[in-house]
Amino acid sequence: MDAEAAKLVGAGLAAIGAGMAAIGVGNVFGSFLESALRNPAAADGQQGRLFIGFAAAELLGLLAFVVAMILIFVA
Amino acid sequence: MAEPGKVDPMHQFTIEPLFGTDQLSIAGYNIAFTNSALWMAIAAVALWLFMLGGMKRQLVPGRWQMAVESATGFIDNLLSANVGPAGRKYVPYIFSLFMFILFANLLGLLPLGLAGLHPFTFTSHFTVTGVLAILSFSIVLIVGFWRHGLHFFSLFVPHGTPWWLLWLIPIIELVSFMVRPFSLALRLFVAMMAGHVLLEVLSSFVIDSTNAGIGYGLAIGGPSFILMVAICALEVLVAGIQAYVFALLTSLYINDAENLH
Repeated sequence: MDAEAAKLVGAGLAAIGAGMAAIGVGNVFGSFLESALRNPAAADGQQGRLFIGFAAAELLGLLAFVVAMILIFVA
Repeated sequence: MAEPGKVDPMHQFTIEPLFGTDQLSIAGYNIAFTNSALWMAIAAVALWLFMLGGMKRQLVPGRWQMAVESATGFIDNLLSANVGPAGRKYVPYIFSLFMFILFANLLGLLPLGLAGLHPFTFTSHFTVTGVLAILSFSIVLIVGFWRHGLHFFSLFVPHGTPWWLLWLIPIIELVSFMVRPFSLALRLFVAMMAGHVLLEVLSSFVIDSTNAGIGYGLAIGGPSFILMVAICALEVLVAGIQAYVFALLTSLYINDAENLH
């Protein structure tokens, strides 16, 4: 495999990371909704923590995107 | 390398100097007024007009004043919930940060391309978000060392650390602390860039398939166009969420500096 093809394959593999981050983000919001329906009164107070968890899970997917961009355009 | 499509998804991020390429320079570096600077100025002016219309201090607030007051009240709540009473003095900074990023993200999504103007999302550049993140990070450092002196380093040893982990925990905490400005800047920049690249790629599906024939246009271009409209709505949501996350994380980091762990 020549280097250009390897770069594109690597960029494609980085998309797996984006999919994994999608699972993570879905998990964060899903778990939040599940417990918010059990105790709706306490849900509003936890919104900050919801977005902290969202941000942490999302960042790793964005890093996968950065890896793909670096492979295609920089490396 | 794959054959480049007719629509280059990265072209929209090009920085073009508008004027001052020849005469404006500082210490040998060219500081031409670019499209990025133009849209920063537009965001600042839009924010200024928004605040101007809502600061009339009427006893019975109108719609505009309610909009401004709910925005300031939102940030005020955010800081009092995350930092406590000491957080009130950061309301101006966090509010400016939040509104500036929000206006920048939303202005970049305006469909002005129909009129031939190309909106430029300057938050999709690492230099811009990096400066904003460095601003937040240096406020954390200055406040932390100002209030606690060298005791600020106790941030790296959380309460209840077992003595036999004292060699490891400070290293992990130090790394997670030093990586904060990068993660803060990277999150905003990549989220905005990814959204705009996605829209551009979908638009290239519509254009290329329609050029290939009416059948392809209906079969591929139609669904792509519907998806594009839906993604646009998602992008408006992301613009708000990313501005909120930036403000929220900054206030959490300020909480570390104000109250330690």
